[in-house]
Amino acid sequence: MRFDSALGLESRRGPWATTGKIIIYGLMVVVFTGPLVGLLMSTFSKTLDPTSFTLWPDDFTLDNFIQAKNKNVYLYLLNSFIVVGFGLLLQMLVSVFAAYSLARKKFRGMTFVMLLMLTTMMLPEEIIAIPLSLVLADLPVFHLNLIGTYAGMILPVGAWGFSILVMTEFMKEVPVELEEAARIDGAGELRIFATIIVPLCRPALGVIGVFGFTMIWDQYLLPLIVAPTSDMWTLPIALRSLRSDEEVGIGVLLAASLLALLPSIIAFLAFQRQFMRGLTSGAIKG
Amino acid sequence: MTSTLTPARGRTAPPGHPPKPARWRGPLVAWLFLAPALLLFLYFKFIPMFVGLWKSLFKVQTFLGDEWVGLQNYQTIINDDEFAAAIWHSVVLALGTTIGSIVLGLGLALLIEGPARYLWFIRTAAFLPVVTTMAAVAEVWRIMFHPADNGMLNIIIGWAGIDPQPWLASEDSSLWSIMMMSIWRGTPYDMMIFLAGLVGVDRTLYEAAAVDGASTWRRLRHITLPALRPVFWILFTLAAIRGLRVFVEVYVLTNGGPNGSSEVLMTLIYKLGFQKNELGVASAGGIVLFLATLALTVIVQMLRRRQAT
Repeated sequence: MRFDSALGLESRRGPWATTGKIIIYGLMVVVFTGPLVGLLMSTFSKTLDPTSFTLWPDDFTLDNFIQAKNKNVYLYLLNSFIVVGFGLLLQMLVSVFAAYSLARKKFRGMTFVMLLMLTTMMLPEEIIAIPLSLVLADLPVFHLNLIGTYAGMILPVGAWGFSILVMTEFMKEVPVELEEAARIDGAGELRIFATIIVPLCRPALGVIGVFGFTMIWDQYLLPLIVAPTSDMWTLPIALRSLRSDEEVGIGVLLAASLLALLPSIIAFLAFQRQFMRGLTSGAIKG
Repeated sequence: MTSTLTPARGRTAPPGHPPKPARWRGPLVAWLFLAPALLLFLYFKFIPMFVGLWKSLFKVQTFLGDEWVGLQNYQTIINDDEFAAAIWHSVVLALGTTIGSIVLGLGLALLIEGPARYLWFIRTAAFLPVVTTMAAVAEVWRIMFHPADNGMLNIIIGWAGIDPQPWLASEDSSLWSIMMMSIWRGTPYDMMIFLAGLVGVDRTLYEAAAVDGASTWRRLRHITLPALRPVFWILFTLAAIRGLRVFVEVYVLTNGGPNGSSEVLMTLIYKLGFQKNELGVASAGGIVLFLATLALTVIVQMLRRRQAT
């Protein structure tokens, strides 16, 4: 007898087992994707029941997306993309730089720095939301007010412990020989970093890229405290204001929700392998 | 770094002249590469943390200036019924979501374990809730929770002959409804982690057990579950850190209502801080939340140690 799994379901055949499997698997797919499919279908429907979803569009229409323009949904979408674009760029740069130091250098205070990183990961950002709003309103030393600016939404997500640790673990695996060879050839620190280390880390860049994207895209409390006026809103926090609309009912809300969901779903489907890798490594590191 | 650098140089440079700058250059470069991360952490994590601790001791007033009140803000929290209720709701929600997601996640992981191609498809489909944007998915659930007879979930439970439920609209069921959505979103994550753990279980043990005539249940009980023990602890620790801080789900679905029946710590802190402008009390609430999270993490770790020995 061979076992590919704990329950050994795969070796069970016959009509009853097959029917049972189809029902269980079908139910799983329906339960976990049902709400998303319902949203997708309803968004393209003309006659919208404000309390329910249609599972098949009765009357295909793009009305809801046209109406969404009048409600500034595309402005919110643009804001979201600005924040996620610059935020992710910053976050990845910061992570790669920090990881290079943590993985390849030995210096006094390294354990302390690692401890700091872990502390930031154990410390949920929700807890510091109130004081963070005070700090953002009057940045110490610089005395800048970041409330109502993109920088206020971008800088706080710039350093992320998870991203740095994943990158560090990966960089430790990169063989030292190449680096040493370049050093003998007289290559400087920055040159080694940019031409040898970073290209070798491309797989890990995919991991921290896709995780960083979903993390920044999903930010809620931060834009809520940084963007006081609607012209700075990102899509997730704008959804609340779109709930009731005289002309199209919940149509605009559905269209906006779909637009808010799609980017992270696409990112996940496109980078599935990297995602699963980061998931297990991240969880095991705690 | 110096240890790899010195012998490499030794081949070209004459012996007896160790490159002097290397002694301080290595660490300096290291700190320079770390600087952006440390600076951002300092400004947006550690300074806010200390500002929160500091402000929690004051009555914060915008124009009149802060007034030192000592531990009075904490006393307010301890004596306040709203806070007690919110802490209780947070704990119930965190525990319910954690246990529900772990149990369901384990069950589903066992059902879809295996190398078959169609299982991979089911896994991907089931994982979608995890990567979705919380605010958007909560809006979708808010619509599905519509309390009238024609609400989506009421239609579905109607097929099973169950009467329509008020879901979010009733004080008795609002918290449970939020929990239901959180479990929906948390289960696939736990499922994936369990699947990763199941891969590591020694296959020969299963075969040996089958040869000895052990039932499926005994195989699970004595081989699979013990092997998954570390995974349970990882998921529990993660949930302990994340569970108490729940905000977006509650804020979007009910905003604490109806009548405070689903108010959690974070929604209460948010209201105090940004709507009532009680920044001192709100900061103290944040510190309490931090201490609670810390205590929970320590308890989980202690239980884990005791289990291990």
